[in-house]
Amino acid sequence: MELKEKLVASFLAFENKVSVDTDSNVHDIRSNAFDHFEQHGFPSKKDEEWKYTSLKSILKHDYNVFPEGESAIEFATVKKYFLHEIDSYKIVFIDGVYSSFLSETSHDGYDICLLSAALKQPKYKTVVDHFFNTIAAKKSSITSLNTAFSKEGAYIHIPKSTVVPKPIQIIHFSTGNEAELLLQPRNLIVVGENSHVQIIERHQSLSGNVVLTNSVTEIFANKNSIIDYYKIQNDEKSASLIDNTYVQQKQHSHVSVNTFSFGGNLTRNNLEFFQEGEYIDSTLNGISIIGDKQLVDNHTLVMHKHPNCESHELYKGIYFDKSTGVFNGKVIVEKEAQKTNAFQQNNNILIDDGATINAKPQLEIFADDVKCSHGCTIGQLDSDALFYMRSRGIPKKEANGLLLYAFANDALEKIKIPELKTRITKLIAKKLGVDLGFDL
Amino acid sequence: MLEINNLHAKIEDKDILKGINLNVKAGEVHAIMGPNGSGKSTLASVIAGREDYEVSEGSILLNNEDLEELAPEERAHKGVFLSFQYPIEIPGVTVTNFIKTAINESRKANGLDELPAKEMLQKIREKAELLDIDRKFLSRSLNEGFSGGEKKRNEIFQMAMLEPKLSILDETDSGLDIDALKVVANGVNKLKSQDNAVVLITHYQRLLEYIVPDYVHVLHDGKIVKSGGKELALELEAKGYDWLK
Ligand SMILES: Nc1ncnc2c1ncn2[C@@H]1O[C@H](COP(=O)(O)OP(=O)(O)OP(=O)(O)O)[C@@H](O)[C@H]1O
Ligand SMILES: [Mg+2]
Repeated sequence: MELKEKLVASFLAFENKVSVDTDSNVHDIRSNAFDHFEQHGFPSKKDEEWKYTSLKSILKHDYNVFPEGESAIEFATVKKYFLHEIDSYKIVFIDGVYSSFLSETSHDGYDICLLSAALKQPKYKTVVDHFFNTIAAKKSSITSLNTAFSKEGAYIHIPKSTVVPKPIQIIHFSTGNEAELLLQPRNLIVVGENSHVQIIERHQSLSGNVVLTNSVTEIFANKNSIIDYYKIQNDEKSASLIDNTYVQQKQHSHVSVNTFSFGGNLTRNNLEFFQEGEYIDSTLNGISIIGDKQLVDNHTLVMHKHPNCESHELYKGIYFDKSTGVFNGKVIVEKEAQKTNAFQQNNNILIDDGATINAKPQLEIFADDVKCSHGCTIGQLDSDALFYMRSRGIPKKEANGLLLYAFANDALEKIKIPELKTRITKLIAKKLGVDLGFDL
Repeated sequence: MLEINNLHAKIEDKDILKGINLNVKAGEVHAIMGPNGSGKSTLASVIAGREDYEVSEGSILLNNEDLEELAPEERAHKGVFLSFQYPIEIPGVTVTNFIKTAINESRKANGLDELPAKEMLQKIREKAELLDIDRKFLSRSLNEGFSGGEKKRNEIFQMAMLEPKLSILDETDSGLDIDALKVVANGVNKLKSQDNAVVLITHYQRLLEYIVPDYVHVLHDGKIVKSGGKELALELEAKGYDWLK
């Protein structure tokens, strides 16, 4: 059976199982989303937004779409996937099922817990009804698919004037108990006025079995709030990820989403920012370093709707072997959004002849008093710089690594958790195959 | 120390060096002069091992060892240093980290342990002082946004740190103001010993007043057309190159 048919066939059973929450709008939301997915199916290369990224090869698997088996894993075996150097809250899932053993949640002053719990309990109903599925794209069939089957993921609600004292890590493990597994986590994150939170998200396969994750995250940043979000995408070569993240910002809020894509088979990021107020700052950073036949596709959208806002977008890509990069950065400045400052930069280095990058900046500016800039470069390593370094005694491999590290560096500078920065730096050094000989 | 025999080199089928012979002994300073485009920088690059050039004939020996098969970094590990006519900007790598890496890579290649951090710092301080370099400078990205003169001074700082056996200074004087020229020349002279050698590529007699060469060679169209003592530089200053063609 085709994956679409399989999903369609299993929807009723799914709805029956999760029907406990029928007194909220969620039931209708799921049904509508399901209809949309059923009508449109998975996107194909004919779809302009999926022109360079074919899902064909990852859709052909016979995925288990309802993993049931609760499996336990020892913390010691997965410790390395956590940012364990510092204290943090943790929301951990194993094959789509919440692991209380590995998690560290909170209801003390703020809610850092599970979406399934929030969907069931009446006290969360107002928040859920007010926010759930309000900014996730209605026209994206892949997002609709997630919405139709949404039941589990992280639920984070920070009330106003609260600084969450430690980062929150959201980690999805897949164990390989299922030969082929489809995961559809759904995260809802609401941050109140003047509040501040840092979140790290990671999807990690623990085996070589095939995993496809289709994740949707909705993030709401209220007035004056600050959210720093980090996505670590360094999965096994058998794991693919479609990450759909939607951010809505109110006035004077600062949100940054940093995406580090070093692994996986196919990684598609749909990241959309909607500015709903003045003096908003949106930051989108990305570093992709891939090889083999890996693919990383970053599709971003920034909607400037009100005056005096800024957006800063910087994506760097290093492509080895036969890997493929896609960058599509859309920035829309609506007519009312005067005095917008919108910056977009996309720099790519193709290391090997077989590597490709498809880069497409799309600026649509309808206001006249704005400062917008965009730049896109595709290059090779500078041979003069290489010779310069080698002539000083730095071997070719290290010189290469140092140059590539230097290239990616400015996107690294934005990481505000020092331990995470060190981690990412080390990951990059490892990815580039160099021992840099000094602490970066 | 350096022995070049009948060296021919070309790039993209264009012959640039057409039979160079040069013999530099330990303790000596040689100056190479010659018109623009005569092949001076090419010669320097070929000695340092730049792979874009093809050596079609002849040989380069360093302390009797043929360099032909050696990569640029291996030549550096054996004591070859080239101060670039146009130093390259490396954003994101500080001067300090760069030089630390370079030194430790050389040490590693020569079977030595890494230089302890304390000694490294001490050495950096000492050499920065010798070349009158502000310490703040050292935490900046290598050559990025440096003025022309600052870049040249930084090249000599690296030379001082690496303590090469054979230093080739390609137009290190151009871009330096008078005071900086004195500082840099003084630095080079201090580093000079009976065990190392310096090849200066320059257009100007002025530098040679500060770093006095034992020999002066004139390179023209890929060949050394005249060699002499330091007075040859004065003669060239007065007469130009036409009389040698
Ligand atoms: N990569 C290259 N491709 C083509 N021609 C080259 C290349 N590098 C050098 N040349 C040519 O080789 C010749 C010698 O150049 P080189 O830079 O060695 O001269 P130079 O003596 O150092 O000159 P200057 O005094 O201007 O520094 C020039 O004609 C130059 O154009
Ligand atoms: Mg030159």
